[in-house]
Amino acid sequence: MKILVCISNVPDTTSKINFTDGDTKFDTNGVQFVINPNDEFGLTRAMWFKEKQGATVHIATVGEASVEPTMRKALAIGADEAIRVNAAPTDGFFVAEQLANIIKDGTYDLVIAGRESIDYNGGMVPGILATLLGMNFVNSCISLEIEGSTATAIREIDGGKETVQTSLPLVIGGQKGLVQESDLKIPNMRGIMMARKKTLNVVEPIDATVATKDVKFDKPVAKGAVKLVNSADELVDLLHNEAKVI
Amino acid sequence: MSVLVYTESENGKFKKSAFEVASYAKAVADQLGSSVTAISFNTESNDQLGTYGVSKVLNVADDKLTTFNALAYANSIVQAAQSENTQVIIVSSSTNSKFLAPIVAAKLKAGYVPNVVAAPEGTSPFSVKRTAFSNKGFAHTEITTETKVIGVSNNSFGVKENQTTAAIETFNSNVNDADFSVKSIEIDKVAGQVSIADADIVVSGGRGLKGPENWGMIEELAEVLGAATACSKPVSDMGWRPHGEHVGQTGKPVASNLYIAIGISGAIQHLAGVSASKTKVVINSDPEAPFFKAADYGIVGDAFEVVPKLIEKLKEFKAQNA
Repeated sequence: MKILVCISNVPDTTSKINFTDGDTKFDTNGVQFVINPNDEFGLTRAMWFKEKQGATVHIATVGEASVEPTMRKALAIGADEAIRVNAAPTDGFFVAEQLANIIKDGTYDLVIAGRESIDYNGGMVPGILATLLGMNFVNSCISLEIEGSTATAIREIDGGKETVQTSLPLVIGGQKGLVQESDLKIPNMRGIMMARKKTLNVVEPIDATVATKDVKFDKPVAKGAVKLVNSADELVDLLHNEAKVI
Repeated sequence: MSVLVYTESENGKFKKSAFEVASYAKAVADQLGSSVTAISFNTESNDQLGTYGVSKVLNVADDKLTTFNALAYANSIVQAAQSENTQVIIVSSSTNSKFLAPIVAAKLKAGYVPNVVAAPEGTSPFSVKRTAFSNKGFAHTEITTETKVIGVSNNSFGVKENQTTAAIETFNSNVNDADFSVKSIEIDKVAGQVSIADADIVVSGGRGLKGPENWGMIEELAEVLGAATACSKPVSDMGWRPHGEHVGQTGKPVASNLYIAIGISGAIQHLAGVSASKTKVVINSDPEAPFFKAADYGIVGDAFEVVPKLIEKLKEFKAQNA
């Protein structure tokens, strides 16, 4: 089985968000970039398939050279090879078309992408990718088992979960649950050394659709001070008469 | 050239979000000088949609589509969009809508913008405001394709009445076996329980509750309020609660009218996940907990003393206001 894990390079979850150039660009100053957490769960699940079922695992990222440290980390975790599409990821449609272009030869049985990246939260890459390639697709995936060419997945639904069955080739939008948080792999020194020697192919982008563009950013208005109350009585009164939410 | 809205239902009845997305579609249609067509699946009655500005309903009546199937539903929506010559398609932010919307977008070569929080800022260029960076920021996004798909963030636009008479038609969408290549085997959902996505009120517990055996009072408080239950990341990591309840940057976003955080200190990732909620209440014994800076109302105190009193007071309040 050959697996491709799509890795997005995102600001660390503790990052404070700021904008520059008249609020038209994300301010990367002082921000540490990491593997998108939803992708990290997928990458660890791919490693499980590698260790238990002999899968080969490649990773792919659409990004300029600055994303390579994040890709090297994914290689240090255990991916075998990496592919970087040499382009700034302008929007989800563009990214999906670039990824579809490197997958179209049909060599991957399973493509794992995060349900969404935690920066722009578009959540569209896995679905567009699967549709462009005509591959089966399961989103919000919290469990994945594969036997032969049959995949059994559990996906999150509002208020519960649904078990689905489908066949390879398959694209999943993965998230927490694919593996436990405690099972996430941390690169060790040997992995880091080996990652330096692994192949990181750089391919040039194709002409692709740019369907949306972010023209301006802003931040939520700062909240006023908290109103501290001393009793449940007072709180119920405020929620009813002031906030009008009960 | 109407605006098409996908109105979600469950067991034949519309979800609350269906009326919100219909209301949103009406606002878009008014800006475009157009009208709203809804697509619904196996619903018992479609008359209610007229209340929210829908002038035509395409009801898909097909036993094969009783259970949600992303590809089959997406194909039906695409066919409806084509037959109506639609250029704007509106969906909600439910897990199912976020599953099918990218498929619809890919098939129609349409720009898709999810997590939209307000009516379009303009239609030429077509520009919408959406949350980004897990609610730590907003992006103003232009959609440059001819056809557009908009995902409306739950509870952001609200339900707005706009009385119209809806003409109801049966829509025969053309689905085939290939559309069901992903088969539903089992759905595990507690009947009657409010889900976080649909909830007006969410009651959430953190590590301060000390153990899963103490969740009874969280569930009781949620029941009194008709709320959904949720939790912080450490709680789901420790297996005290299912990860479907984990609220935050890598869990579920909450955009409820009221969010009550009990024993949650308020890590930046958690705050990002709840910042779209309108009113936030924090109960925590630590007066320095960062969540107090993001809250509207707070009680500094032991959850095990405060929550039972709150339940009692709310029961009295409910009895008086019944």
